[in-house]
Amino acid sequence: MSKAMARRSDAQTIPLSFTLNGRLQELEVEPHELLLDVVRDRFGLTGVKLSCDVQVCGACTLLVDGRPVSACTTLAFEVRGRSVLTIEGLAEHGKLHPLQEAFIAHGGFQCGYCTPGMILAAKALLDENPNPSEEELKHFMHGNICRCTGYKKIIESIMAAAKKLRRGR
Amino acid sequence: MLKRFRLEEPESANEACELLGRFGESAKVYAGGTELLLAMKEGLVHYERLVNIKKLGLNQITRDNGTIHIGALCTHRQLETAPDLQRSLPALVKLERNVANVRVRQVGTLGGNLCFAEPHADPGTLLIALGAQIIAEKGASKREIAAEDFFVDAYETRLAADELLTEIQVPVPPAHCGVEYLKFGYLERPSVGVAIALTARDGKKSVGDIRIAVGCAGPAPKRVAEAEALLKGKSTEEAIRSLPRAGEVAGRAAQAISDLHGSQEYKEHIVGVLLKRAFQSALSQC
Repeated sequence: MSKAMARRSDAQTIPLSFTLNGRLQELEVEPHELLLDVVRDRFGLTGVKLSCDVQVCGACTLLVDGRPVSACTTLAFEVRGRSVLTIEGLAEHGKLHPLQEAFIAHGGFQCGYCTPGMILAAKALLDENPNPSEEELKHFMHGNICRCTGYKKIIESIMAAAKKLRRGR
Repeated sequence: MLKRFRLEEPESANEACELLGRFGESAKVYAGGTELLLAMKEGLVHYERLVNIKKLGLNQITRDNGTIHIGALCTHRQLETAPDLQRSLPALVKLERNVANVRVRQVGTLGGNLCFAEPHADPGTLLIALGAQIIAEKGASKREIAAEDFFVDAYETRLAADELLTEIQVPVPPAHCGVEYLKFGYLERPSVGVAIALTARDGKKSVGDIRIAVGCAGPAPKRVAEAEALLKGKSTEEAIRSLPRAGEVAGRAAQAISDLHGSQEYKEHIVGVLLKRAFQSALSQC
């Protein structure tokens, strides 16, 4: 049994109803449970990663109502009534999102640990600003850290996806 | 890993203060959680209860009679994107746009930032230069604390344990006023911050009022009246000649601490550099 599920009988529980990758989910959580653990351990969605644990690296990025948050430092009850998107929910009908395709085409990842967070943060950026300058992109993404590939290919991937998404509009 | 705690979710400021009074040191206010939860995960602090105040509203930005009222629960993101602030307090908007990263700005609140009083934080320094007032409530009573008096030490403010910071009031800078906040740091952690608000007179030939604050380098942000006195009311030429001296004074006042991000002497020097640049930038806005 995972740590998140071992529960004392006197523990306080909070009903949590939220949308996860488009599907309504209802469960109970304790106040101290983190969104990261709930998504990984209760729903088996392991695309969201724990890394720095102090909101610096972005490996645990999830979108809550379309905006990036650090799942490692978000209490699970905070997503009551809200919509959470993980990397697993990004492809539609088996077709990868243009950002996912661009990261593959442009070699935007190597070990892949930072990639779910990178792609979700980039989605939030492009939803808000479909035509970012490279400076705007860097400013938005500077809180997502890649420790192997380097940033050039990540920037190229996001710019390529932005272009494709603009054409598709 | 977070230890278990109980969650209280008051519906009013009164109820929140009552809970804080009843549970004393075993309870803590919880808003965005961006700093508190990190400290709790590290095991540096533990509270049996967190009092979530996000049902209290306190997230509006309004303006009346030349004062901007910022609800304590306004997030950095909200401040970064508020159209009215863009016009009236562009220096605050710029500061907010550069707080930590996009995820922290999404949930971190201005009130939480001030109450936590982490030394490496930007807003307090600028709010001191802007002459902001912090509104603290406890039951039916309400008091104003000048931003320059709010910070006592690292992680320590003038707020009583059962008092709630509900609003930050910032006077809209007058015409011919320039405001600048500059920081220096490694990645997301500011290690020196300098804020200046000044008015120019006689077509920028002289400096009128000026307020200078330094932060991040030492335990708490502070106003540096001694540096202000070197520049206030002086001709612009004379003020510019006095900038190195003002920088030295401000550097010492910062009570800089040597750490991984620089020695005390280095940070004192950077205070002087930023003060010079902030002065020029503020003057150019007048």
